[in-house]
Amino acid sequence: MSKKILLEHIDVPGIETLEVYRAKGGYASVEKALKTMTQDAIVEEVKKSGLRGRGGAGFPTGMKWSFLAKPEGVARYLVCNADESEPGTFKDRYLMEKIPHLLIEGMITSSFALGANTSYIYVRGEYFYIIKILEKAIDDAYKAGLLGQNILGTGYNLDLHVQAGAGAYICGEETALLESLEGKRGNPRIKPPFPAIAGLFACPTIVNNVETIAAVVPIVNNGGDWYAGIGIGKSTGTKLISASGHINKPGVYEIEMGITVEDFIYSEEYCGGIKNGKKLKAVVAGGSSVPILPADLILTTANGEKRLMSYESLADGGFATGTMLGSGGFIVMDETTNIVENLYTFARFYHHESCGQCSPCREGTGWMEKILHKILDGHGTLEDVDLLWEIQRKIEGNTICPLGDAAAWPVASAIRHFKTEFEEFVKNPSAFKKVKHYHNMHGLATA
Amino acid sequence: MAKVTIDGQTIEVADGTTILQAARMVGPAVAPPAMCFYTNLKTSGGYCRTCIVEVSKGSDKDPRPMPKLVASCRTTVMDGMEVKNFSSEKVLDARKGVVEFLLLNHPLDCPICDQAGECHLQDLGYEHGSAKTRTDFERRTFEKISLGDKIQLHMTRCILCYRCVKVAEQITDGRVHGVMNRGDVSEISTYIEQAIENDFSGNIIDVCPVGALTDKTFRFKSRVWFTKPVNAHRNCDKCSGKTVIWYKGEEVTRVTGRKNQWGEVEEFICNTCRFDKKQTSDWTIEGPTAVSHQSVISANHYMKMVKPNELTLNNIKPIGMLTEGENK
Repeated sequence: MSKKILLEHIDVPGIETLEVYRAKGGYASVEKALKTMTQDAIVEEVKKSGLRGRGGAGFPTGMKWSFLAKPEGVARYLVCNADESEPGTFKDRYLMEKIPHLLIEGMITSSFALGANTSYIYVRGEYFYIIKILEKAIDDAYKAGLLGQNILGTGYNLDLHVQAGAGAYICGEETALLESLEGKRGNPRIKPPFPAIAGLFACPTIVNNVETIAAVVPIVNNGGDWYAGIGIGKSTGTKLISASGHINKPGVYEIEMGITVEDFIYSEEYCGGIKNGKKLKAVVAGGSSVPILPADLILTTANGEKRLMSYESLADGGFATGTMLGSGGFIVMDETTNIVENLYTFARFYHHESCGQCSPCREGTGWMEKILHKILDGHGTLEDVDLLWEIQRKIEGNTICPLGDAAAWPVASAIRHFKTEFEEFVKNPSAFKKVKHYHNMHGLATA
Repeated sequence: MAKVTIDGQTIEVADGTTILQAARMVGPAVAPPAMCFYTNLKTSGGYCRTCIVEVSKGSDKDPRPMPKLVASCRTTVMDGMEVKNFSSEKVLDARKGVVEFLLLNHPLDCPICDQAGECHLQDLGYEHGSAKTRTDFERRTFEKISLGDKIQLHMTRCILCYRCVKVAEQITDGRVHGVMNRGDVSEISTYIEQAIENDFSGNIIDVCPVGALTDKTFRFKSRVWFTKPVNAHRNCDKCSGKTVIWYKGEEVTRVTGRKNQWGEVEEFICNTCRFDKKQTSDWTIEGPTAVSHQSVISANHYMKMVKPNELTLNNIKPIGMLTEGENK
């Protein structure tokens, strides 16, 4: 059933303004946290809530917070990762655009819990208009005494800054984000040390996704146990899903974790079924990097159970027959979709976005794109498909950051589940070929 | 102290030692190859992924194996850690992949490359790579860039190990070059073709594992295996003055830093020693440089480091001395 927590007041006119937001009970968590709770108590509530990172990895947020080093006399930072760039994911944009104060509120409460006096929101550069929205919201919060010195008379100080990225997918990786925030080239760092020990400006830092930080607000307001009661198993609470592709009602939906995938795709409340009465072919369930699943495997698991929208159920069966919830970028493809062409689009993206620091990703992503281009162009061979499999296998797990994995998984899953389609394409390309020439072979930026 | 076992050989090393360093202490039989790590350069390593190893046991406290292969140059040892390098199929397979990636866009122009004969990529390809390439795509090329009158940058050969960037950052006064662009079109460059000119800039030539950065005063003068390295020193107010000078006949063709068995310079030398002192009279000669018998340079060298044992000596016929019967 529909359960709205983050998007509860999304339809209220003027919710983006401070007045309306406060009238609807906004900033209650700041009052409650700063005036009645200790830092440890808030962390404890977040732990109890079972909240997991909404950026894609699904790491328990409370546990991440408890790793934060707290040496005497060293500043701590909270950084919000709003560099939402995963193809198919647009939930953070929606949240920040429509209800910016929810993020600001979450930032204040979370910063207090972590003992940070300076916090940053690192926004994807392409979201330039959202930066303006956030800056306006922050200005208003400063004027209302919710930010700055001595917040609400409690003696707690917090400065909140918005930093624009420069348009690199890699800066969504937390250590690359920190490098970029420090004004350097956005290359991922080699870990350890992890940001919780030495992050921004070599100080202990927590990096959290927009949706994660927003979810801290209801958790502080209603308690961790309340939040843990929503959802299913270890997938507690609600999740924003960015639904796109061949569906009747694309958009951002807040779901309670545990509803069935079938329900999500076909019910009128959510996606409203496949467009033009076509049949479902495949789904990429969590943003472009997670493995693609054919219709039968996305609706039911390998052992015949109904697949649910939750971290565990979507991952059921491992990568052989399962996928990941990821960031919740739900891309639906109908029977007209050509998997090879679709894969080429993904491969081109990862090639373009590779930072070039470590060799498997730098060279491998480009190689995969070239081979897929060759296949699409009608010159592919069966050996090329095997070679693709080999290349992705050599990239996966051997890179500095997860971009290598993100580039390898779509290729691996497409070949795993749709190998016959590749073979048919290679044998009779003219039956499939739609576009004659693909440009931008070398990933150079085009106007 | 931490006890670590690498390919079945146990060694006790100080805390904070990396797996790679520990493996080098054990010896070449277990040491992983490294293309970007450089002992004398802080924060180097981790990029090329050639030194990846399998950690089959994390430590005595936490014996779980590490889920992924790790870069041995950036992973510190733990007490009781067990590491598999050459004894792991997984590592050898993944390393073969890394070599393939490094060579994917490498021009393989060894016949006209000054680095040939002392190139780490040649050694790596020979030891861990395949005989054949699986790509038939056009290779990536860049324009050659002149970094002043002493150093030539041939970006097409570069494997982006970042060593030269770290040298500029840590050894010289001001860094004027770095990595530009992103992904497989990233390149080492100065911003708007500037010369790299400072007292220690020449060291970027020594640290380059391939022929991307070459000495203009030596380019195309000789193949390295036709030259004879000699340890020499001079009084220098900028550096230690301890170098290797390379002779071709009577002529000093080039001067480099002294490298250890891992191909790393022991002490960085200044540009005066490297580029300006090319007379025997500038130097005090110490004696011939030790050259590993595996090196192609030793093929033409007057001193073999490892003597073949007598058994094999008896079985080998000296070249050019045919027995009477064969002569007929």
